[in-house]
Amino acid sequence: MTTGFFSSVDDVAERLAATGYLASPAVATTVFLADRLGKPLLVEGPAGVGKTELAKAVTEVTGARLVRLQCYEGVDESRALYEWNHAKQLLRITAGRGESWDETRTDIFGEEFLLPRPLLTAIRSEEPTVLLIDETDKADVEVEGLLLEVLSDFQITVPELGTIKAIRRPFTVLTSNASRELSEALRRRCLFLHIGFPEEELERRIVALKVPGLDEALAGSVVRVVGALRAMDLRKVPSVSETIDWARTLLALGADRLDEAVVRETLGVLLKHQDDIVRAAVKLDLDAV
Amino acid sequence: MSRPVHDTGPATEQTTAATRLTGLVGALRAHGFGIGTGETVDAGHALEAVGFTDRERVREALAATLLHGETQRPVFDRVFDLYFPLGHTRDTEAYENTAAGPAGLAALRDRLAEALGAADGAALDRLAAEAVGGFGGFGSGPESDGWSSYQTLSRLRPETLLARVRERLRTAPGSAGPEFTERLLDDEIRRRIEAFRERVRTEARRRVAERQGRDRVARRAVAGTADTVDFLLAGRAQLDELRRTVRPLARKLATRLAARRRRASRGEIDLRRTLRRSLSTGGVPVRPVLRRRPPRRPELVLLCDVSGSVAGFAQFTMLLVQALHDQFSRVRVFAFVNRVDEVTGLIARGSADPAGLGDRILAEAELTGWHGQSDYGTALGEFADRYADALGPRTVLFVLGDARTNGADPNLAALRRIADRARRVHWLNPEQPSLWGTGDSVAPAYAGLVEMRPCRNARQLGALIGRLLPV
Repeated sequence: MTTGFFSSVDDVAERLAATGYLASPAVATTVFLADRLGKPLLVEGPAGVGKTELAKAVTEVTGARLVRLQCYEGVDESRALYEWNHAKQLLRITAGRGESWDETRTDIFGEEFLLPRPLLTAIRSEEPTVLLIDETDKADVEVEGLLLEVLSDFQITVPELGTIKAIRRPFTVLTSNASRELSEALRRRCLFLHIGFPEEELERRIVALKVPGLDEALAGSVVRVVGALRAMDLRKVPSVSETIDWARTLLALGADRLDEAVVRETLGVLLKHQDDIVRAAVKLDLDAV
Repeated sequence: MSRPVHDTGPATEQTTAATRLTGLVGALRAHGFGIGTGETVDAGHALEAVGFTDRERVREALAATLLHGETQRPVFDRVFDLYFPLGHTRDTEAYENTAAGPAGLAALRDRLAEALGAADGAALDRLAAEAVGGFGGFGSGPESDGWSSYQTLSRLRPETLLARVRERLRTAPGSAGPEFTERLLDDEIRRRIEAFRERVRTEARRRVAERQGRDRVARRAVAGTADTVDFLLAGRAQLDELRRTVRPLARKLATRLAARRRRASRGEIDLRRTLRRSLSTGGVPVRPVLRRRPPRRPELVLLCDVSGSVAGFAQFTMLLVQALHDQFSRVRVFAFVNRVDEVTGLIARGSADPAGLGDRILAEAELTGWHGQSDYGTALGEFADRYADALGPRTVLFVLGDARTNGADPNLAALRRIADRARRVHWLNPEQPSLWGTGDSVAPAYAGLVEMRPCRNARQLGALIGRLLPV
């Protein structure tokens, strides 16, 4: 069963590029496969390389509806799958005084009293849907158990109603920063994609696309400095979003070329820890910060 | 840029692809990858979907369906290169003869410098193939017996091209004057050269595989994932790679320890409080009360031999423990060669610079007396005398070292005193058990007093720490 959004790998790359998401060959191939094989896509990688952006870009090019489940510690069944609308059920019972017990009972566990949460919404949706399960690693282990049924068969079992199967299989993206190890069972159900830092040339194109006013030579220098920082042993190396922030900063400052003073003053945009900044300054041969 | 996969003719495409895929899966399984049949079938579907016209797509399709984590990727890439090699065997024969000899070597170095300057991936691939073909063959006759990346690289010496590439880039048209980015140049060129060396290694492996059979090479010659590298045999680059696995490993362990602690803290039923609560429901114990144990985390003490050969093992373990520090109520680390000194402070400060940790410990702590050889007897004695206060009924002590005393007195009494004070003592030995007791190793004597376990790579270490620590 396919979700049927894309016709080929090139099609993925071209249409994503049209929305401003430049996909590496790995990303384009894997997105195409997720679409073609109808399997969920597990995307891992450092923060700020565009994992969530990927799901949003797919939503945009396909004109689908985005259903997002943001995971956090303590997200549970009633937040992820569905919940019974107790208040409404009570009202129904109060309103129906005088009815026999059998009538009441069968009534209050119907569709009308069901509150769909993201996973059920995505499964039941009749229009094309992109289901984004964001930061899966933040959720407790128990939630993974819920996801297993949803992700392998795209169905949800509600004890009172029976099994609800997907009408259209949603294009599913799970993201993870690997702050917790995901279970092997969950990984088996997904295609795996690791988005790392882009190649120099791709990153230059991304900068050119996102910060159009920036001089081309300066964009090249920006990417090279970021590349050098990534090769250093830092607590938090800059990712793509930081590269773009830095490029925007330079544009705003009106800098037309990189020199020691500019880099020293703006290093804080790229690096988020003071000891990283000190180390980078030493390595890059900047005078005392 | 689309580069087709080598020799998949239309007639045999299906069978070749299927056998290659199963061969690849077999080789990956031999490296400890858990790949089920379902995933192999998925991989087949994926290959069908992307086709064989673009090699990088084939690679990504297989990676997406067969892999479960990024740490597996380097091994996968090497195995993939064997089963789905670049299609250039036939072309190489034409220039193999021209490349040989000193004149050919100089010409090849020229072209390599140019390709490195331009960062031209396709040209570098071609040059790697030429270099191995021209200078990597050894054995007798025109059909040489083997191919060696080591021999190729020691003749070609790409690292000596640095100055030439730099010069070429500086004088290239379009590079105006001294710029800030100039100072990044050397490091960039070094990274390109290293990438070229890897290309040469891949090419040599591929040629050897053609001769000896893919399956054999894929299982033997491809290095495993970083966590299976033997501590005592790991080179500098491998230790660096190992260091990068510290954080993920620590995270995995922390998850496991926290889960175990959570389970254990849900103790048994507290009868008195259950009965008290049942009063409100007429004596029916509707809600049982569980006795909660106070959260108590173990105290951990490491005693590490940081001399010579075992230093890599000790450093890795120290980093791991440091990354796990919030799992313990207290961590103290002691290092010794033949004198003991506390290095807890150095480790805590070392978070930003794991690579320099070993040097800093040797520079700042007093670890050696009159000579630089490790002496377990003296070190254990000194530890028992000076730092006995570090041990208590809640302390778990890990001793790290190979128990090679260089002929000195093992001082078993000191270890006995230490073992009496601590709750548990585990000795982790990076040598394999068959070597214990050979030469100057007194491992069996120590193993009689405390539990000694072999711990040869990061995977074993992770499993041991997860298992041995009390909840």
